[in-house]
Amino acid sequence: MSALAFADPTFESQAAFRRVMRAMSRPGTILVCGEALAPPAPLARAAAAALLTLADFETPLWIAPSFPDSIGDYLAFHSGAPRAAAPDKAAFALIDLSADGLDLFHFAQGTAEYPDRSTTIVAQASTLEAGPRLRLRGPGIEGEAALAVSPSPTDFLAQWAANRAAFPCGVDLILVADARLVALPRSTAIIEEAD
Amino acid sequence: MSADDAAFRPQSETPEVAARRRAMALLARARREELAEPIAKRWPDHGARDLKPIESGLVMLRGRIGGDGAPFNLGEATVTRAVVELPTGERGFAHILGRDATTARLAAIADALWRREVGDVETLILAPVAERLAAEAAQARAETAATRVDFFTLVRGEDAA
Repeated sequence: MSALAFADPTFESQAAFRRVMRAMSRPGTILVCGEALAPPAPLARAAAAALLTLADFETPLWIAPSFPDSIGDYLAFHSGAPRAAAPDKAAFALIDLSADGLDLFHFAQGTAEYPDRSTTIVAQASTLEAGPRLRLRGPGIEGEAALAVSPSPTDFLAQWAANRAAFPCGVDLILVADARLVALPRSTAIIEEAD
Repeated sequence: MSADDAAFRPQSETPEVAARRRAMALLARARREELAEPIAKRWPDHGARDLKPIESGLVMLRGRIGGDGAPFNLGEATVTRAVVELPTGERGFAHILGRDATTARLAAIADALWRREVGDVETLILAPVAERLAAEAAQARAETAATRVDFFTLVRGEDAA
């Protein structure tokens, strides 16, 4: 039996859009999103909500090979998004931090004229409440915000510093765990890893 | 426009796609009772469930003058879409003109059943619809033919040898 998406696509995707926008404008704030969805495993509910809301027939979607075909079928059927041939051709990407490495520079970076033509990466973590503590600074954060993601990608701080240095180009990251999400837009600086 | 109109058929089409296209075109123009009665009689326990909520929306109708001119937007039409799945796994899709969600759902169920039991759907649902549409087209042609004026140009003399 095929899994269902939003029961009321108009209002539920608007609500999810609102949450994703709020997460992007307040980096480090954890929001509940997609709690009513039941996507096929191992797709997280918040990842499903974000992609079903944001992806459509004009936004190529790249799905990491660690996900089974059923995930690609589910997202293609309900969002209509085509599959991107390569990560750097994708408008959106879905990866699993437990199974895939994260290399931010594999994805589309945008150009100086069109920095919006970059990939927004939806990365599934196992939790947003444990792991090395990251301190965030930048637009949308009053003072400082904290974030902990587990599993943490290798060289994440160095990669993120390089991503931030390429501003206005660079990728945006949405981290999800089950029905919770937090966003790291390219404007956010991760200042240090505190112990 | 008829469902078999060659101008609307992509050249890459396979026979399977052509058959499905014909079936879906007929189902899209079936009336509610033409779908509801055979489905209630022959498949009372089809058990179809909606894969996506039934939605009404607008589609832009595009036209080409003479069938091959530059495309232009003719206007928008209200369309209702239904997507269902049978317990045996077949998926059915329907897009019908208007806002009738019940008919759209029945057409999608008929499409799914067509993929499972093509013969029964052909005889019980599609054949009566095709017959009605052909009769309506014939009547429209007959009514139009009655208004036809044939013009004759009489010999006016200058061509005469």
